Amino acid sequence: MPQIFPRESNALPHLSVGALLAGSVVLIFLVWYYFSPEYTDVGYAPEQPVAYSHRVHVDQLGLDCRYCHSFVEVADVSNIPATETCMNCHEVVKPQSLALMPVRASWSDGSSIPWVKVHQLPDYAQFSHAVHVNNGVGCETCHGRVDQMDVVRLTEPLSMGWCLECHREPEKYLRPNEEITTMGYMHSGGFLEENLSRIRQEGIRPPTNCSACHY
Amino acid sequence: MASSTNKTVTLPAGADPPLVTGNLGFHDITQLVSYHTEKRPPSAWYMAIAVSSTLLCVLLIMIAYLVWNGIGVWGNNNPVGWGWPIVNFVFWVGIGHAGTLISAILFLFRQRWRTAINRSAEAMTLFAVICALLFPTIHVGRIWVIYWTLPIPNQMEMWPQFKSPLLWDVFAVSVYFIVSLVFWYVGLVPDLATLRDRARNALRRRVTGFFALGWTGANRHWRNYEKTYLLLAALATPLVLSVHSVVSFDFAVSIIPGWHTTIFPPYFVAGAIFSGFAMVMTLMILARKIYGIQNIITMDHLEKMAIIILLTGSMVGFAYITEFFIAWYSQVEYEQYAFLNRATGPYAWAYWTMMSCNLLFPQFFWIKRLRRSIPFLFITSIIVNIGMWFERFVITVISLHRDFLPSSWDYFNPTIVDVLTFAGSFGLFMTLFLIFLRYLPMVAIAEVKMVLPESDPHYYHKHDSEGEEH
Repeated sequence: MPQIFPRESNALPHLSVGALLAGSVVLIFLVWYYFSPEYTDVGYAPEQPVAYSHRVHVDQLGLDCRYCHSFVEVADVSNIPATETCMNCHEVVKPQSLALMPVRASWSDGSSIPWVKVHQLPDYAQFSHAVHVNNGVGCETCHGRVDQMDVVRLTEPLSMGWCLECHREPEKYLRPNEEITTMGYMHSGGFLEENLSRIRQEGIRPPTNCSACHY
Repeated sequence: MASSTNKTVTLPAGADPPLVTGNLGFHDITQLVSYHTEKRPPSAWYMAIAVSSTLLCVLLIMIAYLVWNGIGVWGNNNPVGWGWPIVNFVFWVGIGHAGTLISAILFLFRQRWRTAINRSAEAMTLFAVICALLFPTIHVGRIWVIYWTLPIPNQMEMWPQFKSPLLWDVFAVSVYFIVSLVFWYVGLVPDLATLRDRARNALRRRVTGFFALGWTGANRHWRNYEKTYLLLAALATPLVLSVHSVVSFDFAVSIIPGWHTTIFPPYFVAGAIFSGFAMVMTLMILARKIYGIQNIITMDHLEKMAIIILLTGSMVGFAYITEFFIAWYSQVEYEQYAFLNRATGPYAWAYWTMMSCNLLFPQFFWIKRLRRSIPFLFITSIIVNIGMWFERFVITVISLHRDFLPSSWDYFNPTIVDVLTFAGSFGLFMTLFLIFLRYLPMVAIAEVKMVLPESDPHYYHKHDSEGEEH
C-alpha cells in the first residue's frame, strides 16, 4: 500500500501537542496583559471643557486638594467642585480671562460645567474615598502626581488586582494621616514597621472578600 | 475450556456461551461493522437525525434566549436556586459513567463481554458528559465569564474558591471528559486503520489515515497499544468512582437536610452506573436491531447488562432506605422532617416515581425470562432513566424547597424553557451519537476479534493438549 502521508508528517502529533500547550500559554498571557486596564486605561487624559491646570493651582499656588474636593474626608464620592468654588477666587482673580468664559457662563445661568470623568470605576465596584483617606491612603497613591499635571491623566490601572495589591499588604502604601494630600511624599526609613504597628493599633483590616466592594 | 477436534466448539454444561454468535470469522466482523460507515445509512437513521437535530435547534434557541434574558426564564427562584439545570447536569453526568466503567473497570477485571459494547458506551459517555457540562455552564448566568472557574492568571488577581466542591466538580468532570476522550481515541486507532485500508476514495483515506496515526498493525504497534490501553484503563478506573463522588459533594458538603449525608458518594456512583447502563441498553437494543449486529451484541450481552442494572439498582434502593433509617436513627429533627416530607409532602409524587422506577422495576430482572426479553429490557431501561432523573429531582428540589426557614418555603414549578432545554439536550446527545454511528465503527472491531475462539493461540492445536488448561 502506498503511503498516504509523507514521512515528515510523523512529527505532526508531537508538534500539535507542543503548539497547543505553547499556544494556550501565549493566549493567556496576551489576554492577561492586553485586556487589562493597565494596557487599555492607563494614560487616559481627555480634554476638559475648561483648561484647568492642577499644576498651576496645586504646585505653583499651593492649594490643598481638599479646598476644591471638599467632601473627600466625609463622603464616599469625592466631589468635583461646584462653579462657586472656582468663583471664590476668580471673581477677583483674572475676572476677564477668556479661558474662564465657560466658568462664568455656568455661574451666571446655574448650569453645570460638563467635566469629563477620568477616574471611572465600574458601577458594580463600590468605593469610599472617606474610608481610604481617613485611614492613611494618600491622594497620590491612586491619582499619581496630580500637582505635575496640566491635564489630569489616569496613572494607575484601577483594576481589581491593583486594588488587591494594597488590600493584601496595606503596610507598603499607608502614610500618616497628616500627609494624606502631600504630593511627592517620601516614606521614612522603617515605615513598614511603623505602618504595621499602626495597622495593629487602629485595627485597619482592608477586606479582600467579594462583598467588600461588590454589593 | 472444552477441547474439541473440529471447528465447531461443543460446550460442556456450565461453560460460558460464545461471545460472538453466528459462526462469524475475522473478516465477517470487519465487514459487518465497517460496512455501516461506508454505505448509505438506513432510513431509520435519517428519521432519527431529523428528530434529534430539530431538538438540537430547540436547545440552541433556548440557550440563546436564556443568555439574552438571564436565568429568570427558568423556574429557579428562592428557595429552589438549583432547579432543573442542576438536576439535568447530574442526570447526564451519571449517564456518562457506564462508558468508563465498561472500558476501564471491566477491562481490568478481564470481562471479555465488554468488547461488544465498549466503543459505543464510551462514545455515549463522551456525549453525555458534553450535555452534562452544558448545564452548569449556562446555569452560571453570565456565560461569558465561565472561564472564571478555571485558575487562569488575570488582572483581577481573582482565583477560584478551591474550598468549594463546585470547583472540584469543574476539575473532576473535565478531567473525566479528557481521559475518556483519550481512552476512546486510543481504542479507535486500530479500527481507524481498518477503515483507512478499506477506503475507496482519497479523502476518506486521508482523513481516516490521519487519525489512524500511521498504524500498520505491526507487532510493535500492538505491544505499545496494549500497554497504553492498560495504563489508561488503570488511570480511568479511579475516575469512575471519583467523578460522581465529587458531584455528590456539591450536595453533601452543604448543610441542607437531605443533602448533608455521608452516604452520598457511594450512592451517587451506584446510581450513575445504574443509569449509564440503562442508557447503553436503550441505545444498543435499537442499534443492534437497526444495524443487524445481533451476532456481536448478543442476548447474553444484554442479559449481563441487565444483571448489572439489577445489582446497582438494588444498591441504590438500599441507599434510599438507609437514608430513611439514618434520618430516624440520628434523632435530628430537621433530617427526619426532610425525609418524611419527601415521602408524604407536596412532592410525594416525584418521590414515589423515583422509588418505583429505581427500586421496584429492576427487581423483575431476577426472573431470567424477563432478563432475556427484548421488549421488557427496552422498557425497563427507559423506566430506569426516568427514575434516575426523578432521583436527582427529589434530591435537588425537595431538599431545597423546605429548608430551615419556614417563611421561605415554596413550591417549585419549571417553565417551558426548562422543559425545552432539557428536551433539547437529548437532541444534542442523540445528534452526536447518530453522527458517531454514521462515521465511526460502533463496535471495537479489533477487540471483538480478540475474543473469538480462533484468537486463542492454541485454538488450532487443541488436540495436542487434550484436557489441559491454557
